[in-house]
Amino acid sequence: MTPISLAVNGKNYEVTVPPMRRLLDVLRDDLALTETKEGCGEGECGACTAIMDGLLVLTCMVPICQVAGRHVTTIEGLGAAGQLHPLQQAFQDKGGAQCGICTPGMIIAAAYYLEHPDEAEDVREALAGNQCRCTGYTRIFESVLHS
Amino acid sequence: MDAFQTIGKSLPRKEGIGKVTGQAVYAGDIRLENCLYGRTVRSIVPRGRIKQIRFGGDIAWNEFTIVLPRDIPGKNAVLLIDSEQPFLAEHEIRHVAEPVALIAHPDKSLVEIAHRHVSIDVEPLPAVFTMDEALQLNHIFKSYLVQNGDPSEKWGDADRIVEETYRTGAQEHLYIEPQAMIATAIPGDQVTVWGSMQCPFYVQRALAPLFGLQPGQVRVVQMETGGGFGGKEEYPNMIAGHAALLSWKAGGRPVKMIYDRREDMWATTKRHPSKTHIKAGFKRDGTLVALDIDFMLDGGAYPTLSSVVLSRGTLHAAGPYKCDCTRVRGRVVMTNSVPYGAFRGFGAPQSIYAIEMHMNRAAQELGIDPAEIRRRNFLHQGDRMPAGQVINEEIDLEMMMDRALELSGYRRKRPEFEEFNKQGNTLRKGIGLAVFFHGSGFTGSGETRIGSEAAVRVTSRGGVEVLVSNVEYGQGTNTVLTQIAAEACRIPPDLVEIHQPDTAVVPNSGPTVASRTTMITGKLVERASLELRKRLMDPVDFAAAARQYLSQHGELKVNVRYEPPSEIHWDDETFRGEAYAAYAWSCDVAEVEVDLIEYRARATNFASVVECGRVINPLLAAGQIEGGIAQGIGFALYENVVLEHGAMKNNQFTNYIIPTSADVPEIQVEFVEFAHANPGPYQAKGIGEMPIDGPAPAIASAMAHAFGGRFVNEIPLLPERIMSEAESP
Repeated sequence: MTPISLAVNGKNYEVTVPPMRRLLDVLRDDLALTETKEGCGEGECGACTAIMDGLLVLTCMVPICQVAGRHVTTIEGLGAAGQLHPLQQAFQDKGGAQCGICTPGMIIAAAYYLEHPDEAEDVREALAGNQCRCTGYTRIFESVLHS
Repeated sequence: MDAFQTIGKSLPRKEGIGKVTGQAVYAGDIRLENCLYGRTVRSIVPRGRIKQIRFGGDIAWNEFTIVLPRDIPGKNAVLLIDSEQPFLAEHEIRHVAEPVALIAHPDKSLVEIAHRHVSIDVEPLPAVFTMDEALQLNHIFKSYLVQNGDPSEKWGDADRIVEETYRTGAQEHLYIEPQAMIATAIPGDQVTVWGSMQCPFYVQRALAPLFGLQPGQVRVVQMETGGGFGGKEEYPNMIAGHAALLSWKAGGRPVKMIYDRREDMWATTKRHPSKTHIKAGFKRDGTLVALDIDFMLDGGAYPTLSSVVLSRGTLHAAGPYKCDCTRVRGRVVMTNSVPYGAFRGFGAPQSIYAIEMHMNRAAQELGIDPAEIRRRNFLHQGDRMPAGQVINEEIDLEMMMDRALELSGYRRKRPEFEEFNKQGNTLRKGIGLAVFFHGSGFTGSGETRIGSEAAVRVTSRGGVEVLVSNVEYGQGTNTVLTQIAAEACRIPPDLVEIHQPDTAVVPNSGPTVASRTTMITGKLVERASLELRKRLMDPVDFAAAARQYLSQHGELKVNVRYEPPSEIHWDDETFRGEAYAAYAWSCDVAEVEVDLIEYRARATNFASVVECGRVINPLLAAGQIEGGIAQGIGFALYENVVLEHGAMKNNQFTNYIIPTSADVPEIQVEFVEFAHANPGPYQAKGIGEMPIDGPAPAIASAMAHAFGGRFVNEIPLLPERIMSEAESP
């Protein structure tokens, strides 16, 4: 067990956990921040995407020992009911969410893309690491472009 | 123009805010005190006799809750259509990944380690993995015959006979939220489960005999469900039973069972692989003279829903064509593969793939354009389908196809691509189409047999609450039923609430399957809402009247039950009659590009024209079509389930490839609505499954176009399959 301090969505936390515990488990189990979802646990589906010190990360692939002293932004940090981020509002208005399990990670990845438009050729490439099985992506693209 | 307030409007998703903020609560998000984590011990051999189960390793097994078949308080059988499949195999193993024992412990990581130290001694028995072997052994779960004439007498009348065999592979649902269930039991008295599912009352029905309880002693609650596509139709019965058995054995401690991705892909159902042989006779002008179809599915090791999957596949096998001499034989065989089960389309995508490919092949052999051969054979209003149903609804497939051809630029692009392909590029381009229908609601007498119920009650806010067991799992149930109730009650949609599907509260409106929620349950909601409004004396101010009624009488709730349309009759014995109360219709046009270096194929453009009666919510309906098309593109091009001893070997996201945002093309969807009466609410028909029927044949025929008429008959169209056809002499 290792004591680790980290910040999530502007709030500081101290956890004492095994150093290799996944950031995703610390968020969901230790900090009760279940807004970040799990889809595959193998770094492929993107459902657990968050931003760590300005970098897009898959929280199922990050051991908590690498998060010490860092700041993590999850969907909760983007906006909540009543004060939605423009991307969240666009996903709601344009039909970008269906079953919703990929949506938090998808919106985080889209937010990152809008802040770093030069890092991907287009929205298709930017979101290619976030899998959605419901929408066929058409309405996700529209949501991102209209946010 | 109908003056609707809410119907036909693109209302945003009812539960959408919870989804875009992450606050929607899925089973895995439920936090429980004193909880155990459950895990299933599974067979690694396909068939054999169980000799012994050993709990080895350096594990403190006395700290674990362990369930073996002898711990089952009731009947060790998953009650579905039959009860052949056990919750835990006791004597004989029938497939790899078959559940044999259950373990649970408060430490999740310990459960992971421990389950690897359980070994099952099995005396192996011979196993069967191919449909042909199964057929030789006469291992047939179910067969059907649809016939309106004897093709063997008609071959002489044909100018050309076209004969071919088509195959489709298994397909994994790959819902992004894995199977997940939480259970608590009061041993001897009560079981409650919360989880990810499509059919709460299926789970209740399956669990009651498992524990020797009455159905009312089993409470099933659907949590937000992260996709299903049929994968959460029958499988949740199994995992719910397992979680509840562990809780029962542990004296009622809550048990959480969430499959990791590998287990989910390895052990749960897939789309049935198929093999379809078609022999068809045509006149020189392309008119069908006779059609003989032999449709076969691999059912895997247990019957699950295979018989009804076969039934739908068989009834869709002849396509949207009129042929007065058709025979369709459908069979589903038993192998030792992991049982196949429900998957969006339910047998129809397999048989439609075959007939649509065959029409393209026939067009080529006869020197007719693929669109024109279809035009010469389309079903029209008043025509009779092979199982005897006369099409009473207004349809105009010529118009729909023409619109799809126009939308896609088919007529211009077809010769353009042929010209392009002659120029010696390392790229080949093709364009192809498919025309198809999909029956809404259960097949045959299914709806009459289950007799669904729905209820609507007045709320203290002066609105209404809809009580049904059909779940929201992404497809839009909450929003569409809200719109129907709001329209019928003539109230704003934000005054409509949808109760969480909970068997202790909602009536049984049937499972969330078969493109039935909008049409069947939606109709019940419309009827109940209209009746409720009538009981309030058709008020000008609904909210005031509702509140007044509540203060005087305490409750106003209207229950209604399904009534079959009078013209619908189905005979299960002869397999003849009106198979579906209504059909949705569609035409897809797909474009593909294939590079000749890697033989990698891409769908580059897609157009779909859809007739599904009145579109209740255009935004959500288009989302259904687009999502179904993307899954269909995966089925056609990428999704290759590699089987080893009948179980999925590439059971990871990493090596089972689904279309990503970079792979899906521009998708154009256009709805047409024919002004005809159908039994749905506001003349709406089902839409959930149809969009997955067309992409595979449209893409595969585009591929044939790209290669100058060389057909690859088996999907997915993997590079090696394309190469072997393209480079064959």
